[in-house]
Amino acid sequence: MDIALVNSRKRRNRIVAILSYAVTASGLLILTAILWTLVINGLSAVSNLSLFTEMTPPPGSSGGLANAIFGSVVMTGLATLIATPIGILAGTFLVEYRRGTWIAELVQFVNDMLVSAPSIIVGLFVYTMLVLPFGHFSAFAGAISLAIIALPVVVRTTQDMLLLVPNGLREAAFALGAPKWKVITTVSYRAAFQGLLTGVLLAVARISGETAPLLFTALNNQFWSNDLTRPMASLPVTIFQFAMSPYADWRSLAWGGAFLITFAVLVLNIGARAIASRSRS
Amino acid sequence: MTSTVSVLPQQRATRLPGLGDAIFGFLAWGFALLVLVLLTGVIVSLVWGSLPALRTYGFDFLISTRWNPVTEKFGALPAIYGTLVTSVIAMVIAIPVSFGISIFLTELCPPMLKRPIGTAIELLAAVPSIIFGIWGLFVLSPIMQTIVQPFLISTIGQVPVIGLLFSGAPYGIGILTAGMILSIMVLPYMVSITRDVFETVPAQVRESAYGLGATTWEVVWRVILPYSRVGVIGAFMLSLGRALGETMAVTFVVGNTAKIATSILAPGTTISAALANEFAEASDELHLASLLGLGLILFILTFAVIGTARLLLLRLNKQFGGH
Repeated sequence: MDIALVNSRKRRNRIVAILSYAVTASGLLILTAILWTLVINGLSAVSNLSLFTEMTPPPGSSGGLANAIFGSVVMTGLATLIATPIGILAGTFLVEYRRGTWIAELVQFVNDMLVSAPSIIVGLFVYTMLVLPFGHFSAFAGAISLAIIALPVVVRTTQDMLLLVPNGLREAAFALGAPKWKVITTVSYRAAFQGLLTGVLLAVARISGETAPLLFTALNNQFWSNDLTRPMASLPVTIFQFAMSPYADWRSLAWGGAFLITFAVLVLNIGARAIASRSRS
Repeated sequence: MTSTVSVLPQQRATRLPGLGDAIFGFLAWGFALLVLVLLTGVIVSLVWGSLPALRTYGFDFLISTRWNPVTEKFGALPAIYGTLVTSVIAMVIAIPVSFGISIFLTELCPPMLKRPIGTAIELLAAVPSIIFGIWGLFVLSPIMQTIVQPFLISTIGQVPVIGLLFSGAPYGIGILTAGMILSIMVLPYMVSITRDVFETVPAQVRESAYGLGATTWEVVWRVILPYSRVGVIGAFMLSLGRALGETMAVTFVVGNTAKIATSILAPGTTISAALANEFAEASDELHLASLLGLGLILFILTFAVIGTARLLLLRLNKQFGGH
């Protein structure tokens, strides 16, 4: 056996292993550092309860994020209400109606493209459709652009989850004489329920931190607003505005908002995972 | 129709055969088409919206380096340049790192740590990009300004030719900082796809190689990579697509200056950053049309990259994922 060759192979292997450990460690270190800064700066802002009760302040004075939190909840909620039924039905079409046909493959491909499309493009689209014709920014346009981002996520997971439902279940229901829509709603949906719920939660997580599409649809609002036809504040847009400013109060609020969003997104993701793993076992 | 009140549900279903089916099927069909309509709508609205700018400037729009809302001169080149360069920097950093982490996760990691680290990385992939943006602004930029950039300027900056890329004053923010933030942001995303692709390699194939006495590196380089090449390229391109279109991580730190500087330390702009900063305030028709033109260019860029990536991954699924 050629000892020199064995040694050089071993050496090369050790170098790669060390590099691999090193990049993993530094990658995790940086990502932890980001979360750490977020927690340190965010907690000090969130511990001040006026964050949840007061409106966004004018420059240089203290206040809260109440209107931005409310706006985020309203627009995310509305977007979810729009995207869920549409996305589930579109996913149903791909699996229960046209499985394996060219039209299903085309829709699936386009849907996958939309999943990874830059969200700012969606903002431009909704701007030309819903802001330009009406002449003003509106919370409704913001909700629609979030719905467009959530939709492909719901379609994709619905499709994946319905594909897991065994055909035997459907056939049994058909054999009892149930019409197709009844088989889908009472058998397929029920069997895939936890999976569908996971998809919706992931979609909510995805849109709750989106900033770019809201910039030119819902814009921002310094005051509390219940009016869907008017501009509405949201956490991400407020963070963007406040973090870029030179005022210490605004910057601290931006950290507080960033902390809230990350917390919500992580909780939603962990919840979705918990449901998914429970349904698998 | 009052007599139907007494009819049992089962009988009602047979009495109106297909009505429920027709409605349900129609809705499912319509909403699936809506997905196609959305994409078409995006294309049409961008083309239609940018027409005034394309008509006024023609091909000049693509190659002019001037972007000045005051004099109404709009050229997309600085934004295109910034978008491409920041994304390239992000890929140069993120590809080797994510490759290393994926090797670690699939081959070197103790089984006990595999799930926690994998889950942590997937969760990090879900963190909104604005978080990376403000971290870049408040934490990374000062470090760049006081430590990294002075160091680069005094070392590589002194080398002829290449040094031009690292010349100038340490601003902190700029093209390089934006590229670095992008690389950190796409990293978890890239790792989670690359790792999934690595795991499509059947255990028998890997174990046969180990059984023949191959080292870990040889298994990765000669067995796993050739086997999953298409998927790995797909994963990198998906991440590139994400980096190209990313807005919030970049806008905070890129400097927002519509100029092409030789030095990558200098401030610049990207398509998405220009949109985020100027769009809501653009009142002039030509300005708005030019911004929509930028959006159209970004759309074409990202969809070409993402489309190729999806086709590659689709091919991989057909080849190996035959379940």
